[in-house]
Amino acid sequence: MSDSQPTKPESVDEERRDFIHIAAIATTAAGAGLVAYPLIDQMNAAGDTKAASSLEIDISKVEVGGELRVLIGGKPFFIRHRTAAEITAADDVDISLLPDPESDTDRLRPLPSNDFNPAILVTSGTCTHLGCVPVGPSQGLVGDFGGWYCPCHGSHYDTSGRIRKGPAPTNLPIPNYEYVTPSVIKISL
Amino acid sequence: MSGHESTYKPGNAFTKWLDSRLPIIRLASDSFIDFPTPKNLNYWYTFGGILAICLAIQIITGVILAMHYTPDVTQAFASVERIMRDVPFGWLMRNIHTVGASMFFLAVYIHMFRGLYYGSHKAPREVLWLLGCVIFFLMIATAFLGYMLPWGQMSLHGANVIVNLFGAIPLVGESIKAWLLGGPSIGNQTLQRFFSLHYLLPFMIAGVVILHIWALHVPGNGNPEGVEVKDVEKDTVPFHPYYTVKDGFAIVVFLIIFAVLVFYLPNVLGHADNYIEANPLITPSHIVPEWYMLPFYAILRAITFDIGPIQAKLLGVIAMFASIGVLFLLPWLDTSKVKSMRYRPVARQFFFAFVAAGLMLGWCGASNPDDPVFPSLKGADAIVVEFTDPDGTKGTVTFKEKREIDAYEAGDAFQEQKIAEGATGVTLGTQTAKTFTFLHLAQILTGFYFAYFLIILPLLGLRETPKDEPESIHKAVLAGKRGSAAAATE
Ligand code: HEM
Ligand code: FES
Repeated sequence: MSDSQPTKPESVDEERRDFIHIAAIATTAAGAGLVAYPLIDQMNAAGDTKAASSLEIDISKVEVGGELRVLIGGKPFFIRHRTAAEITAADDVDISLLPDPESDTDRLRPLPSNDFNPAILVTSGTCTHLGCVPVGPSQGLVGDFGGWYCPCHGSHYDTSGRIRKGPAPTNLPIPNYEYVTPSVIKISL
Repeated sequence: MSGHESTYKPGNAFTKWLDSRLPIIRLASDSFIDFPTPKNLNYWYTFGGILAICLAIQIITGVILAMHYTPDVTQAFASVERIMRDVPFGWLMRNIHTVGASMFFLAVYIHMFRGLYYGSHKAPREVLWLLGCVIFFLMIATAFLGYMLPWGQMSLHGANVIVNLFGAIPLVGESIKAWLLGGPSIGNQTLQRFFSLHYLLPFMIAGVVILHIWALHVPGNGNPEGVEVKDVEKDTVPFHPYYTVKDGFAIVVFLIIFAVLVFYLPNVLGHADNYIEANPLITPSHIVPEWYMLPFYAILRAITFDIGPIQAKLLGVIAMFASIGVLFLLPWLDTSKVKSMRYRPVARQFFFAFVAAGLMLGWCGASNPDDPVFPSLKGADAIVVEFTDPDGTKGTVTFKEKREIDAYEAGDAFQEQKIAEGATGVTLGTQTAKTFTFLHLAQILTGFYFAYFLIILPLLGLRETPKDEPESIHKAVLAGKRGSAAAATE
């Protein structure tokens, strides 16, 4: 096609055309992807939102039989100071019969001394069904198993935060936390 | 119809000048003045015009509210209260916007049932129907986003329940959720994006509405007889004044009902909990969405069983989205060539059953799933005492009496006795009597909802014997008048 004669329509090089089409479309698609990425990613958690994601809590102030409710990054967590009867109730369960089998000690974290303090139970405060915040001792309603009760669709949790009855599929998760001192815990998201 | 020739004649020099540059007056005239419209449209066909008014009302009041509203978790609730108390006529704007959302959905549901009944989804109007489904979906999204803005208890916890649905999606669920919320939970960033999108979507709806009307004006209106226009002269009348007046009258009646709600019952469709500022630590005891989402909420909650590896939670989400998604398939699921249910006596019965099922699903959505549908038929709850004897054997004893209180007293006495005998772990619980609950009702109705679209409509179209359709709209209109003076002249 290098000669100076005007190119006849029949001599259009289809392969070259295809190449140009494919190259143009591919470049445009890649460009669209590059543009879309920041447009989509901007909706993910921002730096400051991510940074506000751990909290140290003094647990000595939680009274026996009561609970403390804290928010970390907007998510609720329960810190419960269990009575002796509540600890026994949590231990005294045939684990194999639970919907989500876990023993009470599985759900505790060691003190700095590597002992366990069964009186303090730390759980997520988000119902594993659809994310309501269950009511508990703070509201004076603990459900059929003495722990928490989710009023949204009727999930009952026991004194170890394990699901016993209702639509929630799993136990209240234990958050990522550790004992900084015997009376201070640090919960991280 | 797009086929009809333009009858517009510019009247003066300016309109002539404009017509050859931007024929916008011609478009309006051809679409809303001279547009040939079947002469037999009834009042069910006025809801399209009503919906256009609803959208305009929401956009106007919404833009005004946005002038005074603050999308910030520390100020949103107070700014809405300020709109209600301090902003001149703010209370009016907000009441109209809030009630307007309900009226909008009322109108859209009637409009959609109208379509189902008269076969508006059938050829050649499939695209028109699809665009309508898109509008409906966008409306749900808009209302959901808007409901978060006043930042009350229902705003926060209702949205939380819905957003958590996305968490049920395997593998990517959690990241989608975090992406939607912009963080680990609903926070200020969520409120801001919801506000931005709540502002945007109505304008997208407006865009789709234009396509919807375009798609309407290509084949022209359907009509209650379900036969197409054959003779423009005999079967149609110009849109103006015939339907501008009929639609106008319907709009006025609709607005009167609207006004009664705005001025006398502005909160009747809302929830008192939403006048408590959002508190992420306390969930209201009974979370329910706005009434117009209840049927879909009931479908979501009706799925309480796993199917194979798919968990109930995910299945519920799938069912809820499918209940809207199936509307998009309707033009191809309904196999009957006969459009109007006037001529489909069997399908008609099922249609009314479907409307009833929709309403009853709404009732289920509003009720606690474990409550009995017929409380008077529910037997007495039993009392169960569990214990471990001193020798280590475990036991349970159930007490059931006609009156719950008797069972309780017997159980209580037994519990004391066991404790006195030295048993440990003695607990007393209730076992609710088996009864027909709202969950059961919702499950049956959900089954019927899907069966209507996936089994009944496809099969009926192939098997039923329809009645004879009229030859033309014109003939049908005259037949309807038979016995009156009009028929005598025919
Ligand atoms: C499709 C149309 C629309 C629907 C269905 C709709 C629906 C809703 C709903 C249900 C609420 C909550 C009302 C309440 O409980 O108080 C709301 C609030 C709000 N909407 Fe809309 N809306 C629409 C259009 C718009 C538009 C176009 C704007 C303007 C930009 C807007 C701005 C607002 C504002 C600022 C609020 C918060 C104030 C309040 O709660 O009253 N809306 N909307
Ligand atoms: S969210 Fe807790 S039971 Fe549904």
